Amino acid sequence: MSAKSEPIPSEEISAHPQAATIRKVLVVVALIALLIAPQFLYPIFLMKLLCFALFASAFNLLLGYTGLLSFGHAAFFGGAAYFTAHAVKVWGWPPEMGILLGVVGAAALGLVIGAIAIRRQGIYFAMITLALAQMFYFFCLQAKFTHGEDGIQSVPRGELFGLINLQPTMNMYYFVAAVFVIGLLIIWRFVNSPFGMILKSIRENEQRAISLGYSVARYKLGAFVMSAALAGLAGGMKALVFQFATLTDVSWQMSGEVILMTLLGGIGTLAGPIFGAGLVVTLQNYLATSDFPVTIITGIVFMVCVLLFRRGLIGEFFASKLGRKLGFRSES
Amino acid sequence: MTQAAVTTQSAPRVVLSARGLGKDFSGFTAVNDVNLDVEHARIHALIGPNGAGKTTVFNLLTKFLQPTRGQITLLDTDITNTKPDRVARMGLVRSFQISAVFPHLSVRENVKVALQRPAGLATQFWLPLSSLDRLDARADELINNLGLSQYRDHRAADLSYGRKRVLEIATTLALDPKVLLLDEPMAGMGQEDVQMVADIIRNVATERAVLMVEHNLSVVADICDHVTVLQRGEILAEGDYAQVSADPRVRTAYMGTDE
Ligand SMILES: Nc1ncnc2c1ncn2[C@@H]1O[C@H](COP(=O)(O)OP(=O)(O)OP(=O)(O)O)[C@@H](O)[C@H]1O
Ligand SMILES: [Mg+2]
Repeated sequence: MSAKSEPIPSEEISAHPQAATIRKVLVVVALIALLIAPQFLYPIFLMKLLCFALFASAFNLLLGYTGLLSFGHAAFFGGAAYFTAHAVKVWGWPPEMGILLGVVGAAALGLVIGAIAIRRQGIYFAMITLALAQMFYFFCLQAKFTHGEDGIQSVPRGELFGLINLQPTMNMYYFVAAVFVIGLLIIWRFVNSPFGMILKSIRENEQRAISLGYSVARYKLGAFVMSAALAGLAGGMKALVFQFATLTDVSWQMSGEVILMTLLGGIGTLAGPIFGAGLVVTLQNYLATSDFPVTIITGIVFMVCVLLFRRGLIGEFFASKLGRKLGFRSES
Repeated sequence: MTQAAVTTQSAPRVVLSARGLGKDFSGFTAVNDVNLDVEHARIHALIGPNGAGKTTVFNLLTKFLQPTRGQITLLDTDITNTKPDRVARMGLVRSFQISAVFPHLSVRENVKVALQRPAGLATQFWLPLSSLDRLDARADELINNLGLSQYRDHRAADLSYGRKRVLEIATTLALDPKVLLLDEPMAGMGQEDVQMVADIIRNVATERAVLMVEHNLSVVADICDHVTVLQRGEILAEGDYAQVSADPRVRTAYMGTDE
């Protein structure tokens, strides 16, 4: 599968003069929605959504902005969940340190898996990441500290910086919301930085980037490690939200789910994976209480979306007349 | 005394050389026993009919392809087993036969991408894009020199074919390479642009070596100091343009093609 879609038709639609202001207003509205959402929706559901939205955004950093399709991102997400859960529960670390360990652990895993896979192209890259992530899955199945099929249960949320008790749901919610926003800011900066510029040029024309002296593999590896670390941030948070870490989060189905979320929303946009994750998590929540088989329904939704909206829901919107009038751009 | 002065003045300084260079593609020999010496401050042309192996030689010299046989030396360093990005960092920079630009970046951004690495502004993932503003002046200078200033903020994809080639040259020059390899830099250009690019190449070659593949023989006659003719992967003739064009074998090879 290639991360490249058709170039946006070059018929120039100049952005509306107020476009920048409108976009700023949209961001403010989204932030307010994040603050007041728990008044209207279950906080646990929202936290799950935010964890997956961050996970999908981290994944998109790789697929959408680097052009690499990893089929092993569950290793970073689920691995970090184990690291955080273990540190907090067994070693008695405070939550912020536990999450930090999850991030560092996921980055280290990303460095190893990335270094092995990075020189492969396309489907070979996807297969190697899948194979290595499966090896990690079996490691988690066998290792003592993960407690096999049981997982690590009743993980205490602890006190943030020794000050804020995270046990009350609302405290936890605002912590998750803050980490989510910070995660997105990191991604935003990463993409819009000197490094991000080189990544973009590599995606546009890899041979040319090499001929300008860029060691392409290193830049890709850098993006891979960053993506893994942020996936770890999401995974560590999820372990604290649900207070357990299990094999589900390191399974290949989880790797597939994050691909689905990202493609549904639209790769190469900041908002796409967030919407995609929202859609999938909502669907799963809704279907879980009904008799419909979840995987079949999400599969059908996915097929329909991919056939109808090749750029993903948000991607299509950005590429539409209105989207371009508002000055939105898709990076792929 | 005068003789000494003459020798120092014209002393050839070989910056890039190949010995016994060869490349097989699963049994098919695309390049065989090629010896080349590219000299500082000279324009060296590599010509030959379609499929002669010119682009393959470029790919070998820049290490985009690994030679099957032979040895390559760049500035007294053996680069036979060096990676292509490293070769570029050592000062050997190429352009591509099929124009290679970053299509969704603006003209200015294309040039700035080349400037980022030498300026040490390529790996910072924590800095804002505005940190690249200090490359604007140098980028605009290159863009102006190549007559692209009115397209500065256009997307590279929207440029005409000829202008894309000019942009590629601007991007290549941004690296201030010691050796410049240009694969058909004038292909697809109008007569005016051909003249402009010829002047630019002549100009930049005063302080660096240029090796170029070119089908336009009047340009070769006009600006190139030395010509190597390639046919079926092997060197057919070598010398200045007058010598080469007088060679009966070259005339046969070119019969029915250019000129
Ligand atoms: N990667 C490859 N695999 C197999 N054969 C190749 C490869 N690259 C080039 N060739 C073959 O090698 C020969 C030389 O090709 P090359 O592109 O170097 O010629 P050229 O002199 O640049 O021609 P042109 O003037 O058309 O650009 C051709 O027969 C070509 O088909
Ligand atoms: Mg060629």
